Order: sequence, then C-alpha cells, then structure tokens
Amino acid sequence: MEKTEKKYKFPIGLAVLSLLVITGLVPAIIRYVSGFGAMSNLNDGRGWGFWISFDLYCGVALAAGGFTLAAIVYVFKLEKYHSVARPAILTAFLGYLLVILALMVDLGQPWYIWHIFVTPNIHSPLFEVGICVVTYTVVLALEFSPALWEALKWNVPMKIIRSIQIPLVIAGICLSTLHQSSLGSMLLIDPTTVNQIWYSPILPILFYCSAIAVGPAMVIFESTLTGKALGHKLKHEVLEGLGKILPWILGAYLALKLGDLILRRDIGLIFTEYPMNILWWVEIIIGVVLPIILLSNKNFRKSDGRLFLGALFVVIGLILNRFNVSIVGMQIRPGYTYFPRWTEIALSIGLFADAMLVIYLANRLLPMGHQEEHAIETH
Amino acid sequence: MGKGALYDATKCIGCRACQVACKQWNQMPSRTTTNTGSIENPPQLSAYNYTKIHFTEVENNGKVQWIFNKLQCMHCEHPACVTACPVSALQKQVDGAVTYDDSRCFGCRYCMVACPFGIPTFQWDTPTPWVRKCTFCFDRQSGGLKPACITTCPSGALKFGERDELLAEAHSRINAEPGKYVDHVYGEHEVGGTSWLYLSPVPFETIGFRALQSEPVTENVERAMGYVLPVLGGVAVLMTGIYWVMNRREANKTKTGKKDNGKVVTK
Repeated sequence: MEKTEKKYKFPIGLAVLSLLVITGLVPAIIRYVSGFGAMSNLNDGRGWGFWISFDLYCGVALAAGGFTLAAIVYVFKLEKYHSVARPAILTAFLGYLLVILALMVDLGQPWYIWHIFVTPNIHSPLFEVGICVVTYTVVLALEFSPALWEALKWNVPMKIIRSIQIPLVIAGICLSTLHQSSLGSMLLIDPTTVNQIWYSPILPILFYCSAIAVGPAMVIFESTLTGKALGHKLKHEVLEGLGKILPWILGAYLALKLGDLILRRDIGLIFTEYPMNILWWVEIIIGVVLPIILLSNKNFRKSDGRLFLGALFVVIGLILNRFNVSIVGMQIRPGYTYFPRWTEIALSIGLFADAMLVIYLANRLLPMGHQEEHAIETH
Repeated sequence: MGKGALYDATKCIGCRACQVACKQWNQMPSRTTTNTGSIENPPQLSAYNYTKIHFTEVENNGKVQWIFNKLQCMHCEHPACVTACPVSALQKQVDGAVTYDDSRCFGCRYCMVACPFGIPTFQWDTPTPWVRKCTFCFDRQSGGLKPACITTCPSGALKFGERDELLAEAHSRINAEPGKYVDHVYGEHEVGGTSWLYLSPVPFETIGFRALQSEPVTENVERAMGYVLPVLGGVAVLMTGIYWVMNRREANKTKTGKKDNGKVVTK
C-alpha cells in the first residue's frame, strides 16, 4: 500500500527537479555565448553578486555538517550519531561540488583555475580557500566512498579507506577549519566598504563558529526532509541530541559577536546604524536568539517537527548573515546599483536541484546507513 | 623609491586629452555613450576606459566653479588587489606601478571587491573576460617614456617623477600659495600611501574622493593569514589528541571484565 503511494509521489518531484536543472542550464549557456553582461546584473560596481554570496558563502557554510558530524562520530566517538554521519558527508561532498560547478560559470576564465597551483599568492585568503576547497572535496569523496564500495561489494578499496579513515577525518576537520574561517578573512580586505556593524578583525572566528553551529542544524534539517521524502524514520534521540548541542554553540557565537562589538566600541551601531541595524537584529533574533531559547527547552525538543523548525531558524539566520556581510552590508561603487537578475538565481537553483537529484538517487541506490542493518558495519 | 604622478586640480582645464591618449596608447575600441547632462564622458571607468576626468560644480570663494578630478588606478604602496589576487596576476613593481598579467588571471574578480578606490573593471561583454585597469603605462615606463596621459597633458596639471620629490613639490606648492589649496595631499597617507598624489582647491570629499584611513587596508588580512599555519597545527594536534583519549576510553570500557591497569594498547 505505502509502496505504491511512494511510487506515484516521486515522479512529480523528479519532474520538478529536472525542470529546474534545465532552467539552470539556460543562463550558463548564455554566459558562455555572450558573456556576463547578457545574463547577469553584475557590473564594475559589484563584481561579486548573488553567486558568491549564495553559492560560495552560504554553500560552503551549509556544507559544514560534513566536518562537524565526522568530528562528532569519528573523533569524539559519539557512536549514536553514526547513522547521520554518512548522509552528512554526502551532503557536504555535493555542497562542495556545487561550489566548484558554480565557479565554472562565475569565474571569467575557469579553465585557468590550475594557475592557483602554478603562480600561487600565499598571502591571499582566496588562495587558501581555493586550495582547501579542492583538497577537501577530494577528502569528502574518499570519506563517502565506503558507501559505494559497500554497494559494489569491492573489498580492497574498502579496506584501504578504512585503514586511513581517521587521518582522513582529521585532515577534513583541519581543512574545514582553515577555509570556513578564511571565507571571513577574505572580507577583511574591505575595512572601508563592509559596514562596521559586521566588519570585525575577528570575522574569521565568527565565520568558523557560525559554520560549526549550522553543521548540526543542516543535518537535522536535511535528515528530516529526506526521511519524509523517502519514508524512513530516524531515531528521535539522534536528532534531539544534535538539537541539544546547538544552544551551546550559538551561545558562544552570540557572546563572541556581542563581545566583539563592545570591545571595538561599536555596540551603539546596533541601535543607530539604520537601516543596516534592522538587518542585524533580524539575523541575530532569527538565527541565534530564537533557536537558543527554543532548543534549550526540553519539551520543545520532544517533537521532530519542532526540532526541524529550530534547525530551520539556524539555517535561515546563517544565510541572512552571509548575505549581510558579503553583499548587503558592502558598499557598492558610486553610480552603480545591483539586484540579481532571474537568470542568476535560476542558475543557483538549478545547481541545487542537481544536488537534490543526486541525494535522492544515493538514498535509493547506496547504503546510506538509515537502516539498522547498516548501522552494524564495523571499522 | 618608486615613481609617482602629481595631479593639480587648480591647473586642470578638463580637456580630457589624457582620456584620449590613454585610449590610443592602449588601443581600446570606442564605445557609444549617451548624454548624461554633463560634458563628463564616459559616465564610468570601464574595461575600455582606464582613466577619466570627473567634473564637479562647487562653490569656491563665493564663485561657482568647475573642479576636475582625474580618476585612474592610484597604484597604492600597499595594494589591496595585489594581496587579494590568488594567482599573483597583480604585482606591485619596484618602480611603483601595479601591473596586471592576463596570462595568470582566471577572472575571480576579488581585486575588484578588494580595491578601496573601486578601480579594476571587467569585460562584461565577452565570454572570455579579463580584468582591466590602468597600468601606469608600465610598458612605456620600461622604455624610458612617461605615461601617455602625463605626456599629453597640455596645461601642466599632471607631473611625472619620483614619488618623494613630487610629494615635496606638492607641499611646497601648498606652502607657496596657502589660499589656493586645501592643506592636504591626497594619496600621501591614504590607505598607506599611493603613487598618485592630488592637490585640490576644495576639500577632497566634495569632488568625489573617499575619506580613507591611513592604515593599509591589507593589515587585518595579513594578520589573519599569519595565523593559518599555527591554527592548522593546533587543530591537527587537538583532534588527534581527542581521538587518542576517546579511543583509549572506549578500549578500556570494552575490557571492563579485566582489571584496568591503564596500559591497554589500542591498534
């Protein structure tokens, strides 16, 4: 009974996703035929627009579930979370692939990206981000590969990966620490254009801290959704455990953020810097204060739906923050305006749909660790 | 020390010969523009215009006056674009110019985001775009020539030379006629100093210059990047340590039957 219902439910979802994928291809084709001017509102006053804020800044941060869960399960040895580690690593891997795919359109000459290894500028935070994103994508592919070897029943590669699993996980944590924070360092070069309400010498630390917070939130968010769509149920205590960690990380983040504003003597800006302060308050209330209050309440955490809501607030808050720092709060050159054109957004949504398709297929074809029998796998 | 250029707004007549000379030397195509209600043209710097004269009507000593301001790359002493560029396409040359190398760039546009003056531009109209900006005519300078715009300037508003000497001259011009200039050489201290220096009869903010800090904008980035290796080492050690402790604890737990002498060796 249930099975037939599922079979009828999915083709519609798949059709919508495929349509989005195709729509996303249109802007990419225009860009490669006629240039950026024909398909984006980017201009000399705003060299980085929607793509950098959404695909790079939000994409990389939202993929932080990969390294936080890997750390929780393999380094801190909290075995209870084993069942969500594999999906988290897959999401992270896809997230980074999307970042790279997006850059294939966003960069002016992406076929020269290898120059970063030939004539590197080791003082550039973007150099560091570039190197880390490339290396970490490889690490994530290796971390996820056991699912593939398991499905194919290939024992040799499986054994090799198992034997280097811990060094891989630790390398992944190190690389993530570096580039999650360096995305903040990148904006440090704009002390005169990024609004003082967000610009801070500790921006790298703030970026790292908020990435750690959004990692578990993304896992709750995504596990609930895939669970619903694919009809398997995750243990409540796993999601609740993740929800319970969140207020602590968010609390530390809030303390850093306020402490920084106070020490810089800029705390007054949150009352005076109209209209940017409104955006600051929205970001802090939705993404930090509200989840802290809700998720530290034991009764609130009892239901999966409410946990999902709490996690959703954290995710939205992070997206608002990255947009605020990297685009809204950054002064545009005089004489220019920027608002993303539909084609820019369609491209990003198309890439997102690619990832959703892969997640759907992976859950259908690969052992993702949702079922109990896969949780027994040893290492 | 490096070369520099001095622009004196009291001497500029707004003829825009510098714009034309720049376009000719760099062999840039002409572009159709529309009337913006001023004879200032083109409206913005672009990948096809590395320099332009900005026109401002201001009241100076009771008279309405046109004050001009030449825009182009400032060739900073501590250039943000050079620090930003991940592939070293942008370089600060020893003699002052900040140059750009097509053969290294991959079009990330971080230089455009980093520049405090908003100078680098991009070729938005081609599928294989490069960044473009004034190179201080590095090619001409290498051959012993002055930059094209300075060579062509008919009114003496532009002067080329050693930056130190031009700075001294700028101050002596101010001291000789204090009423004529505001007591500020723009570019002397802005973002750590720039190769291009400016004199103006009116406060610089009124003719479109940004008021900028005197510390280089690269300061915080350099500090943050200095922490990269220590953080890398620290996180690696910390994570390995935690793993070791947790693994040991787990191993001990599985051996609860036996007596725990703390010498359990884990594989």
